[in-house]
Amino acid sequence: MTALEVRNIQKNYGKTEVLKDISFSLEKGQVLAIIGSSGSGKTTLLRCLNFLETLQEGSILVNGKTIFDAASASKLTDEQIRENRLHFGLVFQSFNLFPQYNVLQNVTLAPTLLKLGTAQEIQEKAKKLIAQVGLSERIQAYPCQLSGGQQQRVAIARALALNPDILCFDEPTSALDPELTGEVLKVIKGLKSKDSTMIVVTHEMEFARHVADKVIFMADGIIEEMGTPEQVFGNPQKEKTKAFLQKSLEEF
Amino acid sequence: MELTTFSQQLPVVIQALNVGFVQTLKLFFVTLLGALPLGLVISFGSMSRFRGLRGVVKTIVWIVRGSPLMIQLMIIYYFPGLVLQPFLEQILGYSVNIGWGGGESGRFTAAAVAFIFNYACYFSEIYRGGIQGVPIGQQEAGQVLGLSKSQIFFKITLLQMVKRIIPPMANEIITLVKDTSLARIIALQEIIWAGQAFMKGSQGISGQLWPLFFTAVYYLAFNGVLTVLFAWLEQKLDYFKV
Repeated sequence: MTALEVRNIQKNYGKTEVLKDISFSLEKGQVLAIIGSSGSGKTTLLRCLNFLETLQEGSILVNGKTIFDAASASKLTDEQIRENRLHFGLVFQSFNLFPQYNVLQNVTLAPTLLKLGTAQEIQEKAKKLIAQVGLSERIQAYPCQLSGGQQQRVAIARALALNPDILCFDEPTSALDPELTGEVLKVIKGLKSKDSTMIVVTHEMEFARHVADKVIFMADGIIEEMGTPEQVFGNPQKEKTKAFLQKSLEEF
Repeated sequence: MELTTFSQQLPVVIQALNVGFVQTLKLFFVTLLGALPLGLVISFGSMSRFRGLRGVVKTIVWIVRGSPLMIQLMIIYYFPGLVLQPFLEQILGYSVNIGWGGGESGRFTAAAVAFIFNYACYFSEIYRGGIQGVPIGQQEAGQVLGLSKSQIFFKITLLQMVKRIIPPMANEIITLVKDTSLARIIALQEIIWAGQAFMKGSQGISGQLWPLFFTAVYYLAFNGVLTVLFAWLEQKLDYFKV
């Protein structure tokens, strides 16, 4: 079943075209890794999917249903945009945990405000998710008392608490010290199941190669190459892809 | 009967200064009560995406912050009764009453209006700095979690803003305590007015300067209490970092 279909989306800031005619689809349960150099539009693509930016052209379908079409986008109310956002979850590069709330409160805040269950149900689910990311012992800690890796794991639990159809990660380990990268990637890898569809923008090539079902290489706002990890990493067709991979995998 | 010795004067002076200080405190608290929320409304205006509204609000803030509070007090107190009322009567042809009234309550209302408006403008700029200082990622995190704008403001931004603005707000509020003395210019019977009365002569005491000087002790003591209160509040919010 197709979880996500993106059709011909375009995004420009003034005259600068950031996304030029991007189309791809993703099956339920698949992990998509998006790679490419800085400024290639990867992050903008995720931000558009999460409606933090508005697309000028194209449409987005989730589970076969059109949730966004640029042609009628101006008619969208704030309420509809908020509903659309709930199809997606986003884990930020800089975590963006709420500093005044402890780990548990960070995870329960949105489900509570959105009234997604009784206080007890929300708490229990949150505790389960916090256990899943391995932080049960820090449940009362505040973000400033956690390491970057721990903060990012809380951010993952917070995003999962809303049951998004598609969970997006925007360079989830780029702000972390190298020794903390592994714990976060391990958690993301552990989320992989037939029910969870994920998009990971990443510079971790080994992770993309081993965890992703599908890889997109972006350059200058277009999809330069798309395929399985074996195809993209093992047998790249385009010059740009080859050059990028060679630089990324360069050994010192 | 003239009270000549200090020990005779002291209880009378303290009694009068206490009454004056109650009026000072009343003006202080009423101003806070009005200006704290009004300042938030003004700060939203100054951050509005409508350029027209933003321009109007910024102009008002410029005028209010740019001119002396003493002049504002006099304009707000005298203008309606002494300028606007005769003018309206002339064009309408019958008598109207739009002044504040001559009594102490009229003076208090006029002073409260002037102070609330003046301080709200100062507060609005502090709020704006506090709100804009909260990283954009906080708002975006709220957005991707499907929260509404008001939920994001009240549940996420507000407390972070409060923590950021405590030091400048403490400054401004301590200044307000002392600024209430400007209401003396429209003869509001606050503590400076009460102290000055003993220079001209009141309750058997005349030609005495020390009661006026002594009023400073009241301000000092009250600001001491506020300083402790703000330190406590700052410490209360020390459990998280922004």
